[in-house]
Amino acid sequence: MADQLSRLFAALADPTRRDMVARLAVGDATVGQLAAPYDITKQAVSKHLRVLEDAGLVRRSREAQRRPVHLEANVFDLMTKWIARYQREAEERYRRLDAVLAAMNDTDSPQEGTAS
Amino acid sequence: MTTLSEATIEADPTLPIIRITRDFAAAPEQLFRAHTDSELFAQWVGPNGMGTRIEYWDARTGGSWRFVSERDGVLYGFHGCFHEVRPDRIVQTFTFDGDPDGVALETLSFEELADGRTRLRTQSLCDSFEGRDAWLASGMDVGVNEGYARLDAMVANGAI
Repeated sequence: MADQLSRLFAALADPTRRDMVARLAVGDATVGQLAAPYDITKQAVSKHLRVLEDAGLVRRSREAQRRPVHLEANVFDLMTKWIARYQREAEERYRRLDAVLAAMNDTDSPQEGTAS
Repeated sequence: MTTLSEATIEADPTLPIIRITRDFAAAPEQLFRAHTDSELFAQWVGPNGMGTRIEYWDARTGGSWRFVSERDGVLYGFHGCFHEVRPDRIVQTFTFDGDPDGVALETLSFEELADGRTRLRTQSLCDSFEGRDAWLASGMDVGVNEGYARLDAMVANGAI
């Protein structure tokens, strides 16, 4: 798992590759279409694609002549899971903070005074 | 204004940022105190089941802080500097001992809402996407790391 995560992090660490992933999220594209907006060679784009492919982020159909690149959306489920888990941890932390603040209200107004 | 009774979280797609927003039934001054008084802070900061010990804590502009959380005998240390401390805003750096070259810049703001509630916004700007994503993933592989730590210990004490 650690290796897959490392490859995923490394693949998405590059701004050009992130941009390519964002465009593939809209729909499949060929290498030529992917290369069009960048001031880099088709070879360089192919290199980026290979990194994304190794990370399991994209898939290229072998049989098709034009070999459109397809984004493996399920990889992003991993990211969504991390975020959901992180959200739960933040919420747990803030529930403890709720309790601390409630106790603070009690000590801030020892008599019948209004809570500040 | 809608009330955010549960923490909302956002991982920015274009910057290595995590933003969390949450409303509290408290005054801004109380939230500020819960973030700057070390005794209060230690009561809520750690994940459930973790004890936290503050090692040093100087919550003023230019001050520094360090705390160590412990679970099942494994220590997790964190440290940083208070870049700016003022009643409505805290800016601080944040480094995990396990990634000593990594540093995040955290900006917290306490915004008074109309009904006696306060909105806490935290923004963590990490120094790389890998750092940010590893941070998001940290909850997922903590079990793996604990497993490796136990394995290390077994190797170290000759059990393996």
